[in-house]
Amino acid sequence: MCGIVGLFLKKDELRPRLGDMLTDMLITMTDRGPDSAGIAIYGDAAEGLKFTVQSDDPAAFDGLAEALEDALGVSVPVTLKDTHAVLLVPADKQAGAVELLETRGLRIMGIGEAMEIFKEVGLPKDVAERFGLRQMGGSHGIGHTRMATESAVTTLGAHPFSTAEDQCLVHNGSLSNHNDMRRKLAKKGVFTKTENDTEVGAAYISSRIAEGASLGEALEGTLEDLDGFFTFVTGTKNGFGVVRDPIACKPAVMAETEDYVAFASEYRAFADLPGIETARVWEPEPATVYFWER
Amino acid sequence: MPTIDMSKTELREVNATLQSAAGTQATEAYVLENPRGSHAVAVGLNGPLDVTVKGSTGYYCAGMNKDATIHVEGSAGPGVAENMMSGTVVIDGDASQYAGATGHGGLLVIKGNASSRCGISMKGIDIVVHGSIGHMSAFMAQKGNLVVLGDAGDALGDSLYEARLFVRGSVKSLGADCVEKEMRPEHLEILADLLARAGADAKPEEFKRYGSARTLYNFNIDNADAY
Repeated sequence: MCGIVGLFLKKDELRPRLGDMLTDMLITMTDRGPDSAGIAIYGDAAEGLKFTVQSDDPAAFDGLAEALEDALGVSVPVTLKDTHAVLLVPADKQAGAVELLETRGLRIMGIGEAMEIFKEVGLPKDVAERFGLRQMGGSHGIGHTRMATESAVTTLGAHPFSTAEDQCLVHNGSLSNHNDMRRKLAKKGVFTKTENDTEVGAAYISSRIAEGASLGEALEGTLEDLDGFFTFVTGTKNGFGVVRDPIACKPAVMAETEDYVAFASEYRAFADLPGIETARVWEPEPATVYFWER
Repeated sequence: MPTIDMSKTELREVNATLQSAAGTQATEAYVLENPRGSHAVAVGLNGPLDVTVKGSTGYYCAGMNKDATIHVEGSAGPGVAENMMSGTVVIDGDASQYAGATGHGGLLVIKGNASSRCGISMKGIDIVVHGSIGHMSAFMAQKGNLVVLGDAGDALGDSLYEARLFVRGSVKSLGADCVEKEMRPEHLEILADLLARAGADAKPEEFKRYGSARTLYNFNIDNADAY
């Protein structure tokens, strides 16, 4: 069991409240996943690439800005958020930044013009508090509360998983052919960082998009090529997509008003959303791809 | 009319209050406010109590109901009215998967749609869905009636026993051993009664009946080589 939430805002007025609304949704899903929690939030597109990096050792961030400036020849703003930091790197310096960060033992959680990813082990309310999720604004975001089944309870095992710029995935369920798919992806030069099944799902979607598929086609592909139980919510720079396996054991509910489209594992997560009493609420169909983009 | 605000009262206390009122044959009707998708709302009521829930509920609402009448003025999560024995449960909105699962008796009315596995393993309950139902509904259904005014999804009535299935719209596919059957006068009578009790505006003649072909009841010796 895990909990998933997603929120896509249709109106700019609500953008400052995105983090606050998503945090309430995430905390409500604590019963479904008290191990770890994570959120991907899509804010204003930056001039350059936002790197979200993580380290369990606070000292790893000491002198990071200076080291990046020395290596890349440009000033790189570093914003610390608990065990994570968000760096703003010019797009043409991406490779150099990745190399330096990996040398220093920092984990790259995600890279994107709009996306930032924060995830840690612990109760969702504590994770949200540590990163100040409530204060974050943006256009859309997805979150996950984890009850681990397929890999250990670690920061890297928490969701969302990002396997390409501005793309990420959260998952409720378990994939049964992830080892086989991991080998297939590796043959194509797509490598995963963990033993986790969801990361393979994310890498599969990213590789299909890299090969030219649309988000809709990539999500359709999961129905053919991935085996097991899944309700997936995938975030992209412009929106989010939803797909459930044909058996559809893993719960999902959606709500739409003039102001937003919301996704959750359970209706409970919607209880505090504005106008939910009159929202259109429905259960996404099995083996059917849904996505909202701006 | 006693009203309980679920945003201020613990779920255990809500259910204990209702169970106690049902057990003492209370005649007052209860109203539950602010259910906010809570799980296990109004479960295990063991007597003729009237309960109205002002909003949507989560998993397992009205489970194990006996004699009580429970009305949800919203949608219900997975497993609504699971293992109901008798009484009536009405959902104004949609119901999620396995609505009315394993129910032994009583009437479950869903005014919106029900998703997958509606009436799975039903054992005597009557279910009337004003909208459509999802895949694998009435799987291994043993007894009772499932009435659907809309459409049915894939594999309706797979491995069906003696439950009767009535569908007005289309059926995406029938499950193993489920077949369309002749609608006889006694079926029209059953259907007319259920539609009336469920407040459904439909004519019995518009429905088709599906039931078990009973070919799975006994081992077919021609299949011996398959094992």
